[in-house]
Amino acid sequence: MRRMLHGMQIRGCTQKMKTINLIIDETPVKVPEQTTIMQAAETLGIHIPRLCYHPHLSLEGACRICVVEVDGARNYQTSCSTQVREGMQVRTNSPDIRQARRDLVELILDNHPKECQTCERDGQCELQDLAYSLGVRERLFEGKRKQYPIEDSSLSVIRDSEKCILCRRCVRVCAEIQGVHNLTQMHRGFNTVVTPAFEAPLMESVCINCGQCINVCPTAAFLEKKSTDEVWAALADPAKHVVVQIAPSIRAAIGEGFGLPPGTPATGQTVTALRRLGFDTVFDTNFGADLTIVEEAHEFMQRLEKNERLPLLTSCSPGWIKFMEHFYPELIPHASSCRSPMMMLSVLTKTYYAEKKSLDPENIYVVGVMPCTAKKFEAQRPEHYMENQSPYTDAVLTTRELVWMIKAYGLDFTRLSAGDFDHPMGVSSGAGDIFGTTGGVMEAALRTAVAKLTGQALTDLNLTQVRATEGLKEAALEVNGKVLNVAVANGLNNAKIILEKVKSGEKTFHMIELMACPGGCIGGGGQPYPPDGHYVLDPEILKLRASALYAIDQGKKLRQSHENPYIIKLYEEYLKHPGSELAHRLLHTSYSPRYPKGIK
Amino acid sequence: MTNSTQTKLYPEIIEFIEECLTREHPESYLISILHKLQERHGYLTREHMYEVAQRLQVPASVVSGVSTFYHFFRLKPRGRYAISICLGTACFVKGADKILEAFRKKLGINMGETTKDGLFSLENTRCLGVCGLAPVVTINDKIYSRVTPQQVPDLLSRALAD
Ligand code: SF4
Ligand code: SF4
Ligand code: SF4
Ligand code: FES
Ligand code: FES
Repeated sequence: MRRMLHGMQIRGCTQKMKTINLIIDETPVKVPEQTTIMQAAETLGIHIPRLCYHPHLSLEGACRICVVEVDGARNYQTSCSTQVREGMQVRTNSPDIRQARRDLVELILDNHPKECQTCERDGQCELQDLAYSLGVRERLFEGKRKQYPIEDSSLSVIRDSEKCILCRRCVRVCAEIQGVHNLTQMHRGFNTVVTPAFEAPLMESVCINCGQCINVCPTAAFLEKKSTDEVWAALADPAKHVVVQIAPSIRAAIGEGFGLPPGTPATGQTVTALRRLGFDTVFDTNFGADLTIVEEAHEFMQRLEKNERLPLLTSCSPGWIKFMEHFYPELIPHASSCRSPMMMLSVLTKTYYAEKKSLDPENIYVVGVMPCTAKKFEAQRPEHYMENQSPYTDAVLTTRELVWMIKAYGLDFTRLSAGDFDHPMGVSSGAGDIFGTTGGVMEAALRTAVAKLTGQALTDLNLTQVRATEGLKEAALEVNGKVLNVAVANGLNNAKIILEKVKSGEKTFHMIELMACPGGCIGGGGQPYPPDGHYVLDPEILKLRASALYAIDQGKKLRQSHENPYIIKLYEEYLKHPGSELAHRLLHTSYSPRYPKGIK
Repeated sequence: MTNSTQTKLYPEIIEFIEECLTREHPESYLISILHKLQERHGYLTREHMYEVAQRLQVPASVVSGVSTFYHFFRLKPRGRYAISICLGTACFVKGADKILEAFRKKLGINMGETTKDGLFSLENTRCLGVCGLAPVVTINDKIYSRVTPQQVPDLLSRALAD
């Protein structure tokens, strides 16, 4: 029970570690005690095949693919979970071991559909890779195979249990990183299935649509709900004016989908690719981010003045918002009423922009390219529908879906020239760019809030103290002689830690940034699968993606949202002032408790 | 789903959960709580289990995993006549498996299931401590000894006539 609830393994502390000498494949190696055989082999450049293992999740030890021979041991040992011992002699590659691993993979395949060519993960599937590298070349078994319908109740995440190999990575990420505990294994033996509690459809569960289960799944058992068909259809419809917007974090990660090294910024190529695909107008969600900051800073200053509903909780991450509605409904009054940058931009596209261009909003089709599966759900929330019952955001594509569309269209992404966004909602400050990484919303908000509160900009716009690469960060800064306590959390297990402090009153916070996904949007559930040799949740990849955004910010003259000339113009021409009646109607929203109630 | 806050659990179960909450690692009492609940209600309902999850603050996913992993948890109601076949060693040696087979055929249900009309359910027990009477079948609180497969139809009609 304890392990099921709090699955994290206790990783050894680093103080006074003994060194262990052992021999792996005839090669002596020295490693600190508590190292596993798998890790020790890695120091020698030996990659032991594996399946259930994930370096950022607790140990499962279920698949046994990672077995090795250890002298003196009666059975093969699982190298992911066996620690090294002094004098150990390990063989990772005898013919027997290779055969044993191949047998295990064949057993898995016996109960797996033969659908690779038509499968969404063809070419990016860990099971396929493993079968190939272990030399499985035949599928002989024709016996009973598990049969389940596709579970597609959710607007964000779909599930194909026939492709599930029961590695439980999804169960672990949902519990250990997200603290949602939505998934479990039910029944036993042949009937074992991964599912939300009591086999409820995802739509009726506490699922927050974050898509982290998709990211860690080695197969196609979890996927985003596809929106590419609708988007192709809109692009082909001459009556539609198709507007696309791309989230801040897309530019930092999309290149990976085309083999570029992580951290390669690709803003211009993405814009060009979108134009080639046929989008009529290409806007930047960053503009929405700048606008969010101006509205949110205004909201923050009002609350600060009246000393009410503090801390302000940020509201741009739809995974976090749904989490709050299930798990912390009592904190709903604290959440910023600002719609997310995507929603603000979609609303303005069908109002402000439509008016400017004399377009009928009915004929405008808005597509958001997002790092996030939860955005698909957000776009369908009734709060984000127009009066005519159609949504402000018509479709949301994940980064992965856009990568596929670009490939399907036959574009060589890496050779595209850099294009520019359209006006007026394509110009943004660097503050908008950093929205895509953890701490970015806080940094952007503080740049504007401090300038408004003190009448002068921060001397150093780089607020490194709120960049929460470790998942959780608290900081304090003095403004007008008053100390503001702020916190930043990504990954909802981290959010819980901070929110519990808020509830207990242990510390007074003024503003808290919350993002559902580890690392913020750059680690979103719709981002490209990691390149070979890397894992999802790898802090190195997240750091590289974040550095791409910080570099863009650093390289811009315009780094504060409220100085964006097109934002200033938008208020002059249309919204009047932050927090105006029109701004409220168009740019703000509300939340309500959801069931089933989550268990903290 | 549990939109309602109104309680459906039995007071004694709630009391037991409250008591567990005062101990260390209350979540480790989940199995005992489910046991008590099954003893009291006959089987585990989804509503009850959601409420246990809320009160014990254990994710509902964990409760559903546990309740379907262990054989002894029943997720459907027992029939009006709960037929229980001893599969202890002595009874088994004397042909309990054949009796089970006869009941399954006659009722069209498997072990752990209940007939559609809600009349009969089939389950097994371990040794009842009356091996001298093997093979043994109980229907509700009546014990039948030295049962043969041929007697199965008769046992069923006798139960109904009661
Ligand atoms: S999940 Fe992988 S192995 Fe299974 S059908 Fe898809 S590509 Fe093939
Ligand atoms: S989308 Fe997120 S919350 Fe939902 S099941 Fe997957 S990991 Fe859990
Ligand atoms: S859904 Fe994917 S991650 Fe989850 S157990 Fe199945 S194969 Fe593993
Ligand atoms: S990878 Fe070691 S048991 Fe699965
Ligand atoms: S084995 Fe059936 S009563 Fe003992």
